[in-house]
Parts: sequence; C-alpha cells; structure tokens
Amino acid sequence: MNPDFVLIVTVFALAVLVGFELISKVPPTLHTPLMSGSNAISGIAIIGALLAAGAETRSLASALGIAAVALATVNVVGGFLVTHRMLKMFHSRRGDDS
Amino acid sequence: MNTAISLAYLAAAVCFIFGIKRLSSPRTAASGNQISALGMGLAIAATLLHGDVVDFRGILIGVAAGSAVGAFAAQRVAMTDMPQMVAVFNGLGGAASALVASAELVRLSMAGQEPALAIALPVVLGTLIGAITLTGSLIAFAKLQEIMTGKPIVFPGQQLANGLIGASLLALCFWSVADPTHLTVFWALVGMSLLLGILLVIPIGGADMPVVISLLNSYSGMAACATGFVLGNQVLIISGSLVGSSGIILTNIMCRAMNRSLFNVIFGAFGAGNGFAGGGGASNGAVKSGSPDDAAVILDSARTVIVVPGYGLAVAQAQHAVRELSELLGARGIDVKFAVHPVAGRMPGHMNVLLAEADVPYELLVEMDEINSSFPHTDVSLVLGANDVTNPDARENKESPIYGMPILEVDRSRTVMVCKRSMNPGFAGIDNPLYYLPQTMMLFGDAKSMVESILSSLREL
Repeated sequence: MNPDFVLIVTVFALAVLVGFELISKVPPTLHTPLMSGSNAISGIAIIGALLAAGAETRSLASALGIAAVALATVNVVGGFLVTHRMLKMFHSRRGDDS
Repeated sequence: MNTAISLAYLAAAVCFIFGIKRLSSPRTAASGNQISALGMGLAIAATLLHGDVVDFRGILIGVAAGSAVGAFAAQRVAMTDMPQMVAVFNGLGGAASALVASAELVRLSMAGQEPALAIALPVVLGTLIGAITLTGSLIAFAKLQEIMTGKPIVFPGQQLANGLIGASLLALCFWSVADPTHLTVFWALVGMSLLLGILLVIPIGGADMPVVISLLNSYSGMAACATGFVLGNQVLIISGSLVGSSGIILTNIMCRAMNRSLFNVIFGAFGAGNGFAGGGGASNGAVKSGSPDDAAVILDSARTVIVVPGYGLAVAQAQHAVRELSELLGARGIDVKFAVHPVAGRMPGHMNVLLAEADVPYELLVEMDEINSSFPHTDVSLVLGANDVTNPDARENKESPIYGMPILEVDRSRTVMVCKRSMNPGFAGIDNPLYYLPQTMMLFGDAKSMVESILSSLREL
C-alpha cells in the first residue's frame, strides 16, 4: 500500500473527528447559517475545477472543468454572502450589533 | 512552489476549522464566516499559481458567471426561501464535485493512463454521490418552491423500479471501478445516478424536506471529500469531511425532533396508506374562540408569556408584528420568551433566522428542551402558526401517528391562545386535542392581522 494513500486516509479520519467535535458545539439558533456556510465550504471543489479548467490542452476534461468552476463559484460566492447576510441579522438584546 | 501551495492549502483548512468553531456563538459567528471566506480565497489564489494552470480564459468566464449568479441570488433571496436556496447550492456543490471527478477520469483515459484502484474508486463514488445530490436537490427545490406538489409522489411498482435502478447502478459502479477507462460505462453510471437522485426524493413529502436538505448537505461534503481522494488533495478531504459530518449531525437532529428514523423518512411514503389517515377534523368537544380584545386583556394581566412561532407565522409575514408585541409586553414588565421547536420552519434553525430578521434578540429564543420545564409556571402561551409541534397526543395518545415526537408542552401553561386560520387540521392532517382544552382560547384569523389587532387593543388598555 502506498504511503501517500495511508497519509490521506489518516487526514480524512482526523478531519471527520474534528468535524463532529466542532459541529456538535454549534447551537440550534445558528443551524441555518451553519448549513449555508458549510455549503460554501463544500465549494472547495473549485480547486480541482481550476486545475482541470486551466490545463494546457483544450479537451473534454477542461470543458468539464470550466463548467465545474462556474458551479463551484456560485456555491462559494453565494454561500458566503448569504451566510454573512443572515449572521448580520442576529443581534443581542444589549444592542451591540456584531 | 508546490510546497508553498500545499502550505496555503493547510492555512485554508485551518481557516475553515476556526471559522466553524466561531459559529458556536451568535456573537462571533459573522467573523467566523469571514475567516472561512478568507480561507477559500487563499486556497483559490494558491491554485491559480499552480504550474498546471496555464489557460485562464475558461476560468475567467466560469468565475465571472458563477460570481454574478451567486452574488445576485445571495442578495435577493427572501429569508423564508432560504431552504430552497440551500437546496440549490447543495446541488451545485455536488455537481461541481462530480464534474471534477469526471474531468480527472477523462484526462487520465485520454492520456492513455489506467487509473489505479485508489483513484478509480473515489472517482466513481464522487460522481455517484455528486450526481445524486444534484438531481435530488433540484427536486427538493421544486417541492419547497411549490413548483411541484409537496405530497409524496408514488406510483405502482416504484419500489421495484428503484430496486432495479439501484442494483444496476451498483453493477455499473463495480464495472467502472474495474475498467475505469471504459467511458461509456462511466457515462451510463452518471445517467443512472442522476435518475436515482430524482426517484429517491419524489416520494418524500414536503414536511420532511428539512431532513432531505440536511442529508443532501452531507452528500455535497462527501462528494467533495471523494474528489479530494481523486486528486490526492488534503484541503478538499478536510473541508469535505467537515461538511459531511455537519450534514449528518443536522440530519440526525431533525430525525430525532420528528421521532422518525432516517429510513422511515426516506422510504416512509411506501408504507403509507394505512394508519396515517387521521384527517377530517371530526373531533368531539367544542372549542372556545376569543376576540383580539379578549386576548389583549389576558396578555396584559399576565406576568409570563411564551410565544410559540411556527412556519405559518412566516407565511403570514407576522414576524415584525410579533416582535412589536413582545416589545410592548416587555415594556409593561411582562416576561416574554419565544419557544422554538427544532422543526419549526423548513430547515434546521430556520425559525431563528426569521425571528432574527424581525429584530428579535437571540437571547429571547429558547430551545425546546430548555423551555419545556417553564410551561407549568407560564401564564399565557401564544401559539402562532404552529400545530403538530404542540399536539399533546404526541405525548399521550399511543394511537396517534405522531406519538413519541418531542413537543412544546404548551398545554401545561395556565392559558393557551392559538391563532389559526380555521379548524382545518395541519400539514400532517392530524387533529390537535390542544384546541379542545378548557384553558385554550382559539383566535381565528390570519396571524399577522390578528397580532396587529391585539397590539392596537393592548395600546388602548
């Protein structure tokens, strides 16, 4: 078994544990922003999309990549902006807008 | 150079983790989101410096189009429509991951390379999950937007059809993993996955969409994670895992709040037809109805009031009137709180966002488990547009289809006021004995105009 594969499986296992630990601390009040925000984070696929879209030779692969760039960008830009819009609305009784 | 890029990816992953960590309090949440966005910017910038990215024309077009659509949608969407928006975004995320996985497979096979099992397997999984996420999310969107019926769509032989498609999809997966350069098999797999996404979601009713969206949220993360394995990219794996676990946790919370298993939500429609026909509203006992003036007098003499908002409140656009009511009562020294059931609204936490939009401070919003012990010492519970989540049958009547579902125990408070358009049973078609209790007063009418009438009566007192 190649050591690279073992390494990324290790990273995966640890990330899942960190994920469960982090998300279970998010209060129900913020579950909608959590969903839209984590949705924006899943737009990280844009990295793979950029690599495919920016390839030297034009091919079916780069066309698929360009489509992926467009879709992932909607996800990233729209996801972070709408989450920001929502979170700005949450304010405390003591009137300190955060 | 590549080391620098890898380090930038690591920094991005750290930003995502810190960003989510700051979502643990409404005070720090907005900055958390900005940190996550910063991480994303960093990852994108680093990728653009990668030696393999040489042709920027397609990228520019894709980024420009995607940014325009994303920014427009984010600015324009109404808060009541957030579930639809998140559904569509889940779908796009899944599709992007599936496209990236497909592109890598196409690239390898065109270069005449045979992908190893450690590549072929995640390519197939990422494409499968991503494609199911895309069409499943589009159906969820159509149901929530009421483009198609919110009722479960069932047809004879549906289970058989789904079973056959599932089995052939499984066969295609094995075939494609064993012979990944055989692209015809792969495209058949894509088509079947898209079809399965549609078929899996159409039999699920509109009321169960919160579970479906949470689950699809998780899928979009898993698809990104699989893509990370394809490319051997750790930031993709880390981010995908974070999103995947988030979706699973939320799915679990939603299922628990409805006292149903995930299996029952997804395949429940097939068993329907018997037992779930409680509708008709043919119930014994009389209801007591009251006027806005009666409600105002009772509220004015109360010391503690708990407002129970449901999705009906948002449909009637009554959030702002309710906030005014809570401020007016608060100014008269009455303690007002809002009791939020986990499935109030149409996605996890939806009601909190709707009330936050109406400027209700988040400290006043109390979760179900915390507030249930307060009802016995509460003078007035004001139920606005909520129904099944207040149904005492869920606690007492073993025959009830919702028996066992955790509810807000408003029936234990001294007076209950329920604002409702008519006596028609709610979404689930179940009668609510709460309405026939001696301490219950029904306020018939639209939530917004009712609350406004109560407000004007209160001001005259």
